[in-house]
Amino acid sequence: MTLLELEGVSKRFGAVVAVDDVSLTIERGTLFALLGPSGCGKTTLLRMIAGFETPERGHILIDGVDVTALPPYARPVNMMFQSYALFPHMDVAGNIAFGLRQERIDRRRITARVTEMLALVQMADYGQRRPHELSGGQRQRVALARALAKMPKLLLLDEPLAALDRKLRAETRLELIGIQERVGTAFLVVTHDQEEALSMASRLAVMNRGCLVQIGTPAEIYEQPNSRFVADFVGEVNLFEGKLTAAFNCLALDVAGLARPIPLPSRTALPQGTTATLALRPEKLRLWHEPPVEFAIPATVASVGYFGGVSIVQLMVGDGRLLKARVASAAARCFTRGMAVWAGWSPDDGVVITR
Amino acid sequence: MIGFGRLSRVVLIGLPFAWLGLFFLFPLLIVLRVSLAHSTIGIPPYTPFLTNSGEGIKIHATLANFVLLARDDLYVRAYLGALGNAALATVLCLVFGYPIAYAITRTPGNWRGLLLFLVMLPFWTSFLIRVYAWIAILKPNGLLNQLLIASGLIATPLPLLNNGFSVELGLVYSYLPFMILPLYGSLSALDERLIEAAADLGARPFRAFLGVTLPLSLPGVAAGSLLVLIPAIGEFVIPDLLGGPDTLMIGKVLWDEFFNNRDWPVASAVAVVLVAALAIPLLLAQRFLERERIA
Repeated sequence: MTLLELEGVSKRFGAVVAVDDVSLTIERGTLFALLGPSGCGKTTLLRMIAGFETPERGHILIDGVDVTALPPYARPVNMMFQSYALFPHMDVAGNIAFGLRQERIDRRRITARVTEMLALVQMADYGQRRPHELSGGQRQRVALARALAKMPKLLLLDEPLAALDRKLRAETRLELIGIQERVGTAFLVVTHDQEEALSMASRLAVMNRGCLVQIGTPAEIYEQPNSRFVADFVGEVNLFEGKLTAAFNCLALDVAGLARPIPLPSRTALPQGTTATLALRPEKLRLWHEPPVEFAIPATVASVGYFGGVSIVQLMVGDGRLLKARVASAAARCFTRGMAVWAGWSPDDGVVITR
Repeated sequence: MIGFGRLSRVVLIGLPFAWLGLFFLFPLLIVLRVSLAHSTIGIPPYTPFLTNSGEGIKIHATLANFVLLARDDLYVRAYLGALGNAALATVLCLVFGYPIAYAITRTPGNWRGLLLFLVMLPFWTSFLIRVYAWIAILKPNGLLNQLLIASGLIATPLPLLNNGFSVELGLVYSYLPFMILPLYGSLSALDERLIEAAADLGARPFRAFLGVTLPLSLPGVAAGSLLVLIPAIGEFVIPDLLGGPDTLMIGKVLWDEFFNNRDWPVASAVAVVLVAALAIPLLLAQRFLERERIA
């Protein structure tokens, strides 16, 4: 069931279009991620949903009710700020109770709810602490508890993990997913971290320059990017640009600087002569020491980067373009700099992009 | 041997202490010593502290001046009058200054500098001249009365000068910037996100102000109140120029004792009591501010 509906929402700051005609629906109980580079308008969009900014055009509906003109305090959404924005003059319990105190709720129920929230974020013993006495991770939990205390229909999270260090981020990400599943509230997470978006969200939208570029499940976004921007921004990618020609009894891409056209996925249905880009994830590339039977292009190993379990082998092909191949480190050991290799892939592993 | 780092630290910490010792503590001790003397006719007009009359050094100290301050209710009333006037001025400065400081923080950046400049503009003119200017405005045939009569609001001039009203007006006018600036400092340092968070959690603007903005600006309120209250208590120019015969403020009494009666010991005793009376609330406020800073 639809919880949040954005209909053609636009917002400008002076001459800068921050959000351009965005339409989006978010289902009840889902964890939705809004992914984009900094300055793409994702935070502005979030702030419009929270009520801190007013859209110039378009409507925001929550549960079918148009909230576009409602002030923040009248909307059934709560926000977890990137900086957490905890009230420094109140203790943890006071922070969590703040929202509840704005309603006519009796004290005992507030206390009970605060205790419940503290337990949810595993901070039961910290109710009397002041925010400045807490670590970054603890503050993040308090901010989450405070935002969830009023049982919002939708929780907005602005870069919820950005302020944490890497290891804590990975743990907190899992916790956040766990809490979301337990409380069942829909989460809308804004992030610039594609790994975060892919691993957390059940659906995500990629945003660029104020526009939504692609909406889909993490797998759809990663496997079937609909544009160069998405392919490039979400994960690592090798891109080949060229014109469609016929070769190998099917369509192929004639890439300037490469000796032979590249075979395209068999499902490609585009007329010959079209300019297109082939996107190929680094893990789809395979490396051989000898020319294989399959399609492969000759290359030279430019560098081998070790990342623990996997290694990234950079290859130089034809005109000096670099390709990235992700290889298990055990296999990467037999490639050294300057070595002549063959890089190939199954044509169906590539994705043809026309914009 | 003292290393260079240690030496520079000693100098760094020592300099302000030396400054305070030389230009604050030492003069204060002189005042304290004069306050313990008797008044005489001569130069200086007070009895010496130490005498050597052949049979050893003798210390001459008397608490008579302090006893006089406690007995003569002129002084008590003058202290209380000063405290009352200064406290009222502080409250009024807060009442007028808070909205002004708040409005300045809410103004777009390029206007904010101009508004702050306007707040500080009076400092470019001598304080004395500005207080004199109020005489021209407030006197019976002054600017304000002429304006009111010309507009037909009143028929006869209002008694605006040389009374409690004009003293209070002078105090509020003179000390308002000292309230606005610390308030502005504390309000502009306030994280905008906190107010947004309050709104997001369902607080209407006034509740958000009471629950977040006001408590977080209390250090500014305390600092501004002290900056107004303390000099206002000791103020003598304003009661002297704008006050009337019934205006009783301790600063003016001190001035009169010193220059008109030439009773240095009593004037010094008045000053010592004033400093002591101001130091206590100051220390309390200091502790409050310290606690807020930690929080």
